[in-house]
Amino acid sequence: MDSSLLHDFREFLFALADDELILGHRASEWCGHAPVLEEDIAFANIALDEIGHAAAWYSILAEVEGQDPDLYPDQLVYFRSAEDFRNAQIVELPNGDWAFTMLRQYLFDAAEKTRLAALKRSAYQPVAQVAEKMLREELYHERHTRLWVLRLSRGTEESHRRMQSALEACWPYMAQLLAPTSGLSRLAGAGVAPEAQTWLANWQATVLPFLETECGLILPTEIPPALERSVHTPHLRVILAEMQSLPRQEPEAQW
Amino acid sequence: MMTAEEIWRILEQVKDPEIPAVSVVELGMIRSVGVEGDQIIVTLTPTFIGCPALQMIQSEIEARLLQAGAPEVRTRLSLSPAWSSDWITSAGRDRLKAMGLAPPPRHEGQLEAALLVEVNCPYCGSSKTELKNDFGSTLCRAIYVCNACRQPFEQFKPI
Repeated sequence: MDSSLLHDFREFLFALADDELILGHRASEWCGHAPVLEEDIAFANIALDEIGHAAAWYSILAEVEGQDPDLYPDQLVYFRSAEDFRNAQIVELPNGDWAFTMLRQYLFDAAEKTRLAALKRSAYQPVAQVAEKMLREELYHERHTRLWVLRLSRGTEESHRRMQSALEACWPYMAQLLAPTSGLSRLAGAGVAPEAQTWLANWQATVLPFLETECGLILPTEIPPALERSVHTPHLRVILAEMQSLPRQEPEAQW
Repeated sequence: MMTAEEIWRILEQVKDPEIPAVSVVELGMIRSVGVEGDQIIVTLTPTFIGCPALQMIQSEIEARLLQAGAPEVRTRLSLSPAWSSDWITSAGRDRLKAMGLAPPPRHEGQLEAALLVEVNCPYCGSSKTELKNDFGSTLCRAIYVCNACRQPFEQFKPI
């Protein structure tokens, strides 16, 4: 892969990996606190899957950069500063209530599922392979969170109100989550990653009618433009401070 | 140096710590075994990408083979082709059932269709079962209840 394409590819992989890591971390914060025991177990499983997906993308980054696949992922997770993370802001936001958590996870899972389906055809074999594997796991996530969104939207007046306000809270962040990473069209030209439009249309065709018709929610009309993925909310620093404190104090720690 | 046959026999003793009745061979996790010089190389495929038992399985494989006299052992992970629950052997499926874990339906890549297949109760065999949770006590399990014998049970998920 030539060096200009390599830069685009790194940006793309960092976006995928960092989104999974930070959202997985947020999901793990519910462990021991979810509304019911079964859901505690379910959501902890989802958190574990997402962090596993992050690890797989970081391993591909290690391969692309010629780094040690056993050591490099930890380096990236524990010793990078907030400004070097490329996750979208939506995954950094605090968990809020259960409605917000489920809706954010659903919107993310639906996007991940459609993007992975397209990534299965990547000309870069390791990406195609990992995408195929992740997609099977993601089917379970999306099925689970979709049911929660439906159940809360059509449950009580209170659960509906909370789901509507979750939608209003998530929506302004969606453009950044779904926007193509820098140089994506060059990657698409090389067959490495799909153009955003190819899977975005699928995402819209699934998600929008579901939210409006099945859930009876009102989609916000104002959508602010997408920010660069290098721009973060102050919440990311707080997550990283917690996540990185141990390895930064004891870089040799083993457990 | 051990023969491939001996290596496979030792691997049959390595169990997934989360499903101790079934060996990693029966789960279809072992892709290949090879010998390079003094080194035995075992290539395996994780069932779920984030499976927390994976490292334990790798060290167990290494420990068992070293114990059996291998001078050096390395395990390699392979994600391609992606592990499928279709790879669980017939003997493995019987053992899952015997421990009260319903075996996954074979899906041949049509996973979404497999999610709609009736699951038989591993205790009474009835198909009057109901999914209670897509996620169970480990990444690979879902929770069901049998409406015939009233027994809650887990299923090894199709993946």
